Amino acid sequence: MGSLSGIRRFAGMVVGGALMLLATGAISDSAVTKGSKAAGLDTCVAPTAAMRRNHMDYLKHDRRETVHKGIRNTQYSLAECVECHAEKDSAGAYKPVNADGQFCESCHSYVAVNLTCFQCHRKTPENMSGNGTAMREGDQRQVFGLLQSVDQPLSLSRDELTRLHAKIEGN
Amino acid sequence: MSINNDQPDLQRRDFIGKTVLAAGAATVAPGVLLTVANAGSDEGVSSAVRWGMLIDTNKCVDGCSACVEACDKENGIDLIERPQGQSDEMWNAQRPQWIRKVKLRDTQTGEISNLPMMCQHCEHPPCVDVCPTGASFKRADGIVMVDRHICIGCRYCMMACPYKARSFIHQDIAEQLTSAPRGKGCVESCHLCANRIDAGRETTACQDACNQEGHKAILFGDLKNPDSEIARALKAQHSRQIRADLELNTGVRYTNV
Ligand code: SF4
Ligand code: SF4
Repeated sequence: MGSLSGIRRFAGMVVGGALMLLATGAISDSAVTKGSKAAGLDTCVAPTAAMRRNHMDYLKHDRRETVHKGIRNTQYSLAECVECHAEKDSAGAYKPVNADGQFCESCHSYVAVNLTCFQCHRKTPENMSGNGTAMREGDQRQVFGLLQSVDQPLSLSRDELTRLHAKIEGN
Repeated sequence: MSINNDQPDLQRRDFIGKTVLAAGAATVAPGVLLTVANAGSDEGVSSAVRWGMLIDTNKCVDGCSACVEACDKENGIDLIERPQGQSDEMWNAQRPQWIRKVKLRDTQTGEISNLPMMCQHCEHPPCVDVCPTGASFKRADGIVMVDRHICIGCRYCMMACPYKARSFIHQDIAEQLTSAPRGKGCVESCHLCANRIDAGRETTACQDACNQEGHKAILFGDLKNPDSEIARALKAQHSRQIRADLELNTGVRYTNV
């Protein structure tokens, strides 16, 4: 009996430790696609653990705000996921975030959850020198932040990042 | 009146609307100015505005399609590819179109008029009435849209719309604009460039294109603001709703037609 509960306690510690590692983001470096803007940032729009667990709910909540109420400066936006997490290939072109091994797809295929967002939504950041982009002018928020020149590596100070995602809590 | 039709009872709606309005007004302290919620506001769109259009049919030129092309580009409609093996006839009948040129001929005088036709942003939209899922809806600022997350593609709204304003996406879409998501199985129509309006811009793509061509046939603006250019124009000249007999109180009006 005594030894069994000891084993249990040990197992509990191992699981707890693994969860803590996840929660503190100790393995987050490997989850973010190398060469994407996200790789150069300290944090996502919410703590990594919260994003991993809840991103679908955040997105679902804010899509309603955007579509029905016209609120477009929501904290969570699929366009910004794509903007930050898309990786470039050797020729400098963006790879779709739902392509094999890319940020969204790799995790979704691991957990066997269909990734249907991109049946309708754009899978790569928009080429800002291209045509037909509706949000280009007059949208200060985007000009300031994630849509700056795609050729330059993104470097935001802590302060700028805070302003960009005004609701980020320090972590 | 004993006109027998199947239109909703608008007087009753009017009454309900006014009651709600009165209730709303009572909660606002006197002297507090309600400002129009617009660009990136946290409250979202407000019913203090109603977006609409005034189209001067005399100024719309035969053979010009600048507005149509601008709309196609703005909303990524030009990125839609024809399904493999589809005939010209089928493609032309089914390809998505938010705005199209219509030519009218008076059978008695032979007079020809040209006008752009799109979703008329009805105050009492039949498309919303018939939608079984709530995907078709009217925003507080009068813009009628489809929430494609909810649309099941039944196409009731396409049948209900008297203006043939809606299109259905029949095929998988390879590329979209960030600002214009689109996929197989949903209905869509003109949303008065809602993304531009929400970003604080005050013109639509079709209006910009028409102005650029020098025709200036399209005027977009807030119908509820008496000082707006469109409200002043509506006050100064005679305009018409297309199929006014349906009592939909369209947000898009036409002069000289
Ligand atoms: S014109 Fe057609 S699509 Fe537009 S609001 Fe009216 S019924 Fe709906
Ligand atoms: S096609 Fe979509 S928007 Fe139209 S009535 Fe059906 S569910 Fe509603």
